[in-house]
Amino acid sequence: MSSLATFKVGSSGKVATIEGDDEISLRLMEMGLTPGAPFTLIGVAPLGDPLELEVRGYRLSIRRSEAQRIHVI
Amino acid sequence: MSVATRTITVALIGNPNTGKSTLFNVLSGLRQRVGNYPGVTVEKKIGRTQLHGRQFTVVDLPGTYSLAPRSPDEMVTVDVLLGRRDDVQPIDVVLCIVDASNLERNLYLVSQVLELGLPTVVALNMIDVARDKGLALDVERLRRQLPVRIVPVQANRGIGLADLKKQLVAAVESPAPNVASPFPEAFQQEVEQLSQRASSNGHTDNGHADSKAPLPRYLIERLLLDTSGYLASSGLDAIDEPLLGEVRDARSRLAKAGLSVPGIEALARYEWAGSVLSGVVTRPAQRKVTLTDRIDRILTHRVWGALVFLVVMLLLFLTVYYVPDITRASATIDWLMELASGGVARVVPEGALRSLLTTGVIQGVGGVIVFLPQIFTLFFFIAVLEDCGYMARAAYLMDKLMSRIGLSGKSFIPLLSSFACAVPAIMATRVIENRRDRLVTILVAPLMSCSARLPVYTLLIAAFIPNLTIGSGRFAIPWLHALTLFAMYALTIVAGVAAAWVFKKTLFRGPTPPFVMELPSYKVPGLWVVLHRMFEQGWAFVYRAGTLILAVSILVWALAYYPRDEARIDASLLARQAALQQQLNAAGAAERDALPAAAQLAAIDNHIAAAHLENSYLGRMGKAIEPLVRPLGWDWRIGCAAIASFPAREVVVATLGVIYNLGEGQDEGSDELKDTLRAATWAGTDRPVFNIPVALSIMVFFALCAQCASTLAVMRRETGTWRWPALTFVYMTTLAYVAALVTYQVGMWIGS
Repeated sequence: MSSLATFKVGSSGKVATIEGDDEISLRLMEMGLTPGAPFTLIGVAPLGDPLELEVRGYRLSIRRSEAQRIHVI
Repeated sequence: MSVATRTITVALIGNPNTGKSTLFNVLSGLRQRVGNYPGVTVEKKIGRTQLHGRQFTVVDLPGTYSLAPRSPDEMVTVDVLLGRRDDVQPIDVVLCIVDASNLERNLYLVSQVLELGLPTVVALNMIDVARDKGLALDVERLRRQLPVRIVPVQANRGIGLADLKKQLVAAVESPAPNVASPFPEAFQQEVEQLSQRASSNGHTDNGHADSKAPLPRYLIERLLLDTSGYLASSGLDAIDEPLLGEVRDARSRLAKAGLSVPGIEALARYEWAGSVLSGVVTRPAQRKVTLTDRIDRILTHRVWGALVFLVVMLLLFLTVYYVPDITRASATIDWLMELASGGVARVVPEGALRSLLTTGVIQGVGGVIVFLPQIFTLFFFIAVLEDCGYMARAAYLMDKLMSRIGLSGKSFIPLLSSFACAVPAIMATRVIENRRDRLVTILVAPLMSCSARLPVYTLLIAAFIPNLTIGSGRFAIPWLHALTLFAMYALTIVAGVAAAWVFKKTLFRGPTPPFVMELPSYKVPGLWVVLHRMFEQGWAFVYRAGTLILAVSILVWALAYYPRDEARIDASLLARQAALQQQLNAAGAAERDALPAAAQLAAIDNHIAAAHLENSYLGRMGKAIEPLVRPLGWDWRIGCAAIASFPAREVVVATLGVIYNLGEGQDEGSDELKDTLRAATWAGTDRPVFNIPVALSIMVFFALCAQCASTLAVMRRETGTWRWPALTFVYMTTLAYVAALVTYQVGMWIGS
């Protein structure tokens, strides 16, 4: 199982789990990144961070540090 | 009053980027009242509308993805909805606006709203965007699977409003929908038990049942789900240690059953949203490439995205910087002020009243209005960027850079705008939802070198910095002047970065807030939305900050005018003034201005004005602080000018004019003022006051100080307390003093 932060632009996967139960992981879940949710990594900002995802039919931007907590199947 | 006639109070709620503000504006038009909820940074917006004689009050709540309060700001929304605030009417019906192109995530909030047990109407907006994405919606099926009133609307065109209002009335008049809880049975039972336990809490204590109203079921559920500890420590009645103990027990029972808190909430609600939407949304087999996809391919591209961003920011900065000049708005305001002063001078005889009206009131009002062109321009730009969807991309592009000083990409545009003017910039920090980030941005924004610093730089650079050039003739580049100006800008940036870093390490230390941001679909900005936003901000500034600025400028006027003791003025000057006046009065009106006596009189008037200023309270204050400003290389007159420029730093130029006997109306381009400053000497000696280190020390002081009443007033308005403007004034003045001291001392050491 790898983390979302290691994904290549253009590839898709499904969320397995999110580490921790602090505000960051709660926000990620509230925004639709719940276990089982499919997503696509659309792009990376010019300075290398943050990332742009498509999840549940919309676009979401998260930082690499946040993506690292998202384990992906 | 019966339900059939009384005003219906509607709470408007929705995710950001769903057209909520647009819907609020088309519903209430100009019948809006905007204020702040006391003690928090949440804007309170209340509008009115009607249908067939039925009156509606619409309470616009801040855009949010979730009704899970983790801060006092977020708690306001929940308290309004639950009727727990004295300053808002109890809510009759909740109007939840959803983005049809993004129903799954929008239904998350709907599912929380439904648990409040209030009548609810869902406005289905942006069906056209859904169609562009190739999504087919079966609204009838959605109505069967989500038993609340669902009204398709097109908020930006005002379509569907009559039906929406009809459904709001119908929803109030029928019982609230009973939608099954999205949570598993075991979880619901725990909430039920805690509710019973908490309500018994509310009635047992020494008979004061009223003081401990039972907690609504929704808050009990939140208490069980909220592991951040915010609710537990929020001081709500009926939450006591035994109850919290039971909450912990309930959580461990749930965890054993595989229903871990807090993760269970998102799982349950998204599962519920999935079941409500099953068969409702049909996606195309092949994902359609939308316009947003194509635009984003360029705007978030590694090279093109960065390039477009630079151009947009440059455009924004230049527009805000130059529009007041290009449109001649500043010149018009100056002209109007002169016109008003002239009118006053004709009607009101010379004396305290005329001086109060022209110097205190008209300049005070002018000092407020002069910011309007910049506020309008900046907010026009920001509203366009926000409404078309680019604002989120700008934050996305700049986040990495801003995260180095502990902020997020959302702070970039307010800080950039601050180089034009800190007042609209501070208002623009509303896009930053994290409270700590927003406060740090507000605190450092006034450090950025705004356009009001330019007159100070221009005057002192032209007067004291040697004009070394490269090249010759028309192509001569005054590099040393340019370098000095650049150094001032660079200084404020370095100071801003350092201050932000220090604030994030000390006062606003805490976990890095999540940067989890939606990148909305692009769309053509609505003209009405943009204009409305622009005028709303302009008015808010005039109304809230204006009164305070006027008061401060009247106070400074009084300090500079009183005690007005003629006995302290050199008697020979007064005698000469009277004699010249008589001579002029004797002459005919036509030749009066040509007489040498006219010029002599003007010079003497200026001397007397300077003498009055020296003897005023302000002059005395200047002398009192001279020991304090002497290490900066300043004499009492510069100290005096620094105090007088508290309402606005550019006032220092005019004050220096009065204080050096040149009369009012001196500006930074005046050669007379430059010559006078060069000739000024320390009292009783022929040692010049000004030299390069002194000029630099004044520039550095004015670059870093907080001499702007408008900024401090707008900070008070945006943060709801005097604490932050007071802190800003203290830290910036200290910083400015120390930096000016170092500049002067190092300058003198190098020079010696």
